[in-house]
Amino acid sequence: MSSVALAGNVASAAARRARSEDRTAWLLAAPAIVLLLLFVLLPVAAVIFLGFTDFELGYGKFRFVGFENYAHLLNDRTFRRSLWNTSVYTAVVAPVSIVLGLGVALLIEGEGRARGFFRTVYFLPVASLIVAMATVWQYIFHPTIGPLNALLSLVGVPGPNWLGASNTVLYSLSIIGIWQSVGFNMVLFLAGLTAIPRELYAAAHVDGAKSALDRFFLVTWPMLGPTTLFVVTISITNAVKVFETVKMLTDGGPNKASEVLLFTIYQEGFVYLRVGYASAMTVVFLAILVVLMLLQYRVLDRRVHYT
Amino acid sequence: MSALSLRGLKKSFGGNAILNGVSLDVEAGEFIALVGPSGCGKSTLLRILAGLDNADSGEILVGGKDISSVAAADRNIAMVFQSYALYPHLTAGQNIAVPLAMKRLSRSQRLPLVGSLLPGQREIRTGIARDVREMAGLLKIDHLLDRKPGQMSGGQRQRVALARAMVRQPSIFLMDEPLSNLDANLRVHARGEIVELHRRAGVPTLYVTHDQAEALSMADRVAVMIGGNLLQLAAPEVIYNDPAHVEVARFVGQPRINIIQAQAENGRVGFEGIRLALLEKVANGPVSLGIRPEFVKLSPSGRSGLAGRIERLEFLGSEVIAHCRLDTSGYSVVAKLAPHEARDLIAGMKVGVVLTPEQAMVFGPEGKRLRIADMAGARQEPAYV
Repeated sequence: MSSVALAGNVASAAARRARSEDRTAWLLAAPAIVLLLLFVLLPVAAVIFLGFTDFELGYGKFRFVGFENYAHLLNDRTFRRSLWNTSVYTAVVAPVSIVLGLGVALLIEGEGRARGFFRTVYFLPVASLIVAMATVWQYIFHPTIGPLNALLSLVGVPGPNWLGASNTVLYSLSIIGIWQSVGFNMVLFLAGLTAIPRELYAAAHVDGAKSALDRFFLVTWPMLGPTTLFVVTISITNAVKVFETVKMLTDGGPNKASEVLLFTIYQEGFVYLRVGYASAMTVVFLAILVVLMLLQYRVLDRRVHYT
Repeated sequence: MSALSLRGLKKSFGGNAILNGVSLDVEAGEFIALVGPSGCGKSTLLRILAGLDNADSGEILVGGKDISSVAAADRNIAMVFQSYALYPHLTAGQNIAVPLAMKRLSRSQRLPLVGSLLPGQREIRTGIARDVREMAGLLKIDHLLDRKPGQMSGGQRQRVALARAMVRQPSIFLMDEPLSNLDANLRVHARGEIVELHRRAGVPTLYVTHDQAEALSMADRVAVMIGGNLLQLAAPEVIYNDPAHVEVARFVGQPRINIIQAQAENGRVGFEGIRLALLEKVANGPVSLGIRPEFVKLSPSGRSGLAGRIERLEFLGSEVIAHCRLDTSGYSVVAKLAPHEARDLIAGMKVGVVLTPEQAMVFGPEGKRLRIADMAGARQEPAYV
């Protein structure tokens, strides 16, 4: 009898302990959960919600319009233009800044003495304020007084109107974008490079990998896999999010030749105050980013070796 | 002509001398163990041989030709690293294939993607795959060829590393403590295997280790390196029984040899009751007297030997180690006894410590071995006279 009662007591004590442990766990996780809800999930939900309304800033009332905003997006020439421009910009900036970042990181890693100096110099664009640096770029790209065209005229090449012509403006902005992100990619690659065990290079030497290219393909590149995946992700996300340079230097012009997604959203939401429509654009923008990330991790993750 | 000759290799890092003129000859088919405490320069020597580092001065001759200025990749010297240094993203089979691919495929054929489209590479790759399988069969790792290093145990990785080094039939084989990452049982087993593989392949081998048991049990000759100097290169028995230097005597042997400060006077060495006549002329002054623990006997009755006390007894199964202290001089002396000899001993008891003088070795003030003459004259007087 007493043993049965005892067993019951033990069981309930264990259950009590498990319950209290559960409670503590939830309590400890609560701040993070609240913050996540408040600052990430709720805004996203609000944007998705607003995307189905005709809400305009300043008006008190709004009504549901279903997929009207999205239907409108399909035929919006400005939006399609900005989608295309963003794609071109990303297709130029991401690969070039990744390759250059890796190249610079390899050079700095191979350099013995001035490593710290070069690292700082290449990282400066990342640390500097792009709004301030945009003025410098405006001067560099200036068609008549800019040093770039002055240099070109020295060798007899007529310089284009970099930021002022619709056929060059997107590439000029790309150059600034590359300048901005090479340093960041370099730092990430440098971290990845220092993590490669020196003995692997020694083994490669002994195994007959005589040229630097052989050792790069045998050791460096595969060992950098996880870093590269991360750099690719970050670079694409950052390129898709280009905004400051466009707003500062071109305002989407000339003739919408440098309209990019974020700039169009900004125009709709904060200039024309059509929040409902801007929200629908934002949803599309987020969807594109999510799909890109999923694709990368699906495709690349399988080919990356994690040690 | 030796398969490999080192002539006066010197190397220093930032003013720190690591190698002080090391010279060494490895004969064809020989297995030499390079042994020494950590930091003695043995790994540096190996790296210089492999071409991963350059010596400050000196020559490396392979088959009579100086290869000091030849790149590591062109030396045809294989090396097994302590960490094995397998490429973690490649399978065991691909790892073993690397040296062959580097040797047999042209530079453009080795390129990723592009290389696989070039003519002729298919036949070469088939040949490589065949050689890899053959090597794997020899080392009994056929079943591991599709696994990556991360999915293998330490012993399996070590075999793959061996296979990678052996597959291209190198002219010299270097091993840098290849067994130090294995557990004790596996290590003893792997020793035998490496010796067997060496016997079969006949490639001259330089084997670096800090484990004297490995060196003595595996090698044809043992090179003892201490503080950047090669102190002795001889057969294992000679290294143990007839060390040329006090550091060699100290490094080799478990438990360590007893070293006692003695006085040399007029060609004789004296310590308490022991008198030894020297063959070589030595200035009067301090010398070292070395006696291996197995030549120290204990007399429980105290009737013979020097008066001392047992401080500690270690029972090791087949032997008993007795740590004693001599009363007069305060020296600590270790004796290695058979269990039946230690039956009546307990820690703390007074004993007579018998140092067998005929087996003693004398080392000069710089550590060089001094020959003793007239063993009959060596004697040890009883403690209680």
